[in-house]
Amino acid sequence: MQPPLLEKEGNLLLPFRAPRTAQMNASAPIAAFACVVRRDLLLAMRRRSDVATTLFFFVIVVSLFPLGVGPEMNLLRTMAPGVVWVAALLASMLALNRLFSGDYADGTLEQLVLAPHPLGLLVGAKVAAHWLVTGLPLVLLAPLLGLAFDLNAKSLGILMLSLLLGTPTLGLIGAIGAALTLGLRGAGVLLSLLVLPLYIPVLIFGAGAVEAVAAGLGAGAHLSVLGALLVLAVFFAPWAAALALRISLE
Amino acid sequence: MRMPRRRMQATRSRMAGRINWFYYAAPQTFYSLAGKSTPVFYALAAILGAIGLYIGFFVAPTDAQQGEGYRIIFIHVPTAWMSMFLYVVMAFWAAIGLAFNTRLSSMMAQAIAPTGAWMTFLALWTGALWGKPMWGTWWVWDARLTSELILLFLYLGFMALQAAIDEPRRADRAGALLAIVGVVNVPIIYFSVQWWNTLHQGASVSITRSPTMATTMLWGMLVMALAFWMYCIGATLTRVRAIILERERHADWVRDLKGSPQ
Repeated sequence: MQPPLLEKEGNLLLPFRAPRTAQMNASAPIAAFACVVRRDLLLAMRRRSDVATTLFFFVIVVSLFPLGVGPEMNLLRTMAPGVVWVAALLASMLALNRLFSGDYADGTLEQLVLAPHPLGLLVGAKVAAHWLVTGLPLVLLAPLLGLAFDLNAKSLGILMLSLLLGTPTLGLIGAIGAALTLGLRGAGVLLSLLVLPLYIPVLIFGAGAVEAVAAGLGAGAHLSVLGALLVLAVFFAPWAAALALRISLE
Repeated sequence: MRMPRRRMQATRSRMAGRINWFYYAAPQTFYSLAGKSTPVFYALAAILGAIGLYIGFFVAPTDAQQGEGYRIIFIHVPTAWMSMFLYVVMAFWAAIGLAFNTRLSSMMAQAIAPTGAWMTFLALWTGALWGKPMWGTWWVWDARLTSELILLFLYLGFMALQAAIDEPRRADRAGALLAIVGVVNVPIIYFSVQWWNTLHQGASVSITRSPTMATTMLWGMLVMALAFWMYCIGATLTRVRAIILERERHADWVRDLKGSPQ
């Protein structure tokens, strides 16, 4: 199992080692983006238990709430959007530690910084792969948990949609924090202190969308704001995270 | 021909009262400037504070609706103003330090953070003391209170990040980036919290619909705000002097300081 993995990794990293030819080609940035996404997905698939851990954490946190507040169905139904969203927030924050730490430990991160492609683009690719592995499963699992809280079909749909729009924003904002705390002692706790306050708008509008639907109002406004936050984060966060990586690796 | 012209330029700029501000960008020169000006700012803070408290306690009339309890605003409002203002100032100095690599700017940002966190804490604390007699509860999830609480978290995050990094240069730059990201996010957080609050309609109390204030009350508040401003400058300068000494401890001029009484 091990040797082919190493060989594959080496092949995938090839574009970074041929800067001249890569710069000539106009489609090189897209190729580099796809290459990093593919590599990160491959690595994640070779360590599936890491992915499963995040998912289990999400499920466990959500199922703790009924045990804490009691099995009253009316109460649980009103709490459900907030509970699912807070759990998603915590789960994606816990997963952030893995975003750069593996590459930092084995030196790949320095190769990425030295690559001829814009670092922001490569960071964006890493966040995209990270979201596919940690964010998307949360989105797919959320309706199941919502059912346990007796949400109706419409609310479940909006819950999924809001998570689909919101979790990439969480990953993008979190990338800045993960890059800043790279290699520090107590990085995990510090990361939560840095990142959670910045997550608050996403939480408000994400949980708010489901609550608005449950209250008979439309979720359009909330989802629009979530989309706007996502667009802003996609545009700015990779560059801020790239700068943070440069600061941390200096 | 050249020498007199240059001398003329020098005298002209001196006559126009131009000071070479960059002279004070060096920690060594700023150290003594801060040392000389700190007592002035503390004295101003004490005098203005005494005047402000006198107005607040003896001149300002008793509020028709809120009774005597409202007088806490003479502490509460200035600290709330300073808490927000200091975050912007901190982010400004941090950004200058990040962009131009000026060591002193980063030290200023680091020195402002604890004072800013302290002001935020005081604003929250006095707000709770005010809320209990007025609304019957120590805390409501009002938009302003909640965003002030988040501001405290942002200050604490900045301080924790700087404390976790041993290398000063990385600590400065990482903290600067976090402060800039924070200052961009503060309006987003504020408006989202406000919307969240109005949608929930849980708290029926609103502190935005306060009755118009008597002029003396406003004056008392403004004087107190100035007093707090002066105190914040004094405290920051004291702290920045300590940071300069700590970071420059291997420099010759610090070693020379040990011999001299100042």
